[in-house]
Amino acid sequence: MQNNDWPLWEIFIRSKRGLDHKHVGSLHAADARTAIENARDVYTRRMEGVSIWVVESKNIHASNPEEAGDLFDPATDKAYRHPTFYDLPDDLKNM
Amino acid sequence: MLAYVLHLADNALVAGHRNSEWTGHGPILEQDIALSNIALDLVGQARNLYQYAATIANDGSTEDSFAYLRDAREYKNCLLVEQPNGDWAQTITRQYFFSAFQQLYYAALKGSADKTLASIADKSLKEVHYHNKWSAEWIIRLGDGTEESHRRMNLAVNKLYQYTGELFEAAHYESELVKENIAVDLRTIKEDYYENINKVISTASLPLPGNTFMQTGGKTGLHTEHLGYLLAEMQFLQRAYPNANW
Repeated sequence: MQNNDWPLWEIFIRSKRGLDHKHVGSLHAADARTAIENARDVYTRRMEGVSIWVVESKNIHASNPEEAGDLFDPATDKAYRHPTFYDLPDDLKNM
Repeated sequence: MLAYVLHLADNALVAGHRNSEWTGHGPILEQDIALSNIALDLVGQARNLYQYAATIANDGSTEDSFAYLRDAREYKNCLLVEQPNGDWAQTITRQYFFSAFQQLYYAALKGSADKTLASIADKSLKEVHYHNKWSAEWIIRLGDGTEESHRRMNLAVNKLYQYTGELFEAAHYESELVKENIAVDLRTIKEDYYENINKVISTASLPLPGNTFMQTGGKTGLHTEHLGYLLAEMQFLQRAYPNANW
């Protein structure tokens, strides 16, 4: 069956006090420009943001949940990777 | 002065109400919300203006009594905004013809000698910029789209163009206020208006409507049959249950 729907886009919004764009959801749009306009209308009605990124969903590649064990488990017993084993000089502030 | 403020308010309310009729019926969720947002912007502008009208009238009138308890003959909106939604092409064409007008109008009204009107215009202008951009974008996409969308856009433009002339006809209550530098002198924005909309119509690869007969009358209360039905629906609750409240 032919799919006549507009493609799906993932929407990222940066809030006034945030430095990063956060994923807020997805919507349909004909192209990037209308995706931004739709995002403005759907996701920023209550002053949520000051900047919008849109990425067509098909361009996002995800890790496979079945491989989660191989990917993430080996990190669990390597506490030495956390920078908590250093003595900081007293003069050093803001660390 | 009261008539003039009511005219501006009626324009916004009727345009907003028409758009709100799409809520829940939009062709796609995202555009349903987009048009509902525009409806809310316009009703918001209408509220500001009706509230100001109530202080001018100073006779116990309120924003609600202006909206819900006046008959069609007392409404002073232009004919363009009361035209029915038709299909999506007609709705966006009506919105574009109106937004393109409001954009120039509010920009000029910002310089009004009346400070309240100037600040309402200033506040509304950002909203209108977006309405204008959104609707123009749709006209270009559909006019320049498929054979079917081109045909519908062409019909819509030809159908609604005849209501643009009235936008630039000063009603009797406007002419006096223009001299006092309160109302906008419509002659100063007419040329830019047609230049703007003609540009969008041609970009959409639609033929420009020729010299059509221009309909007129709305600003002085002589409306098309459509306004009566719109008011009947909008005012039903207050008419049937006076002073009903949330």
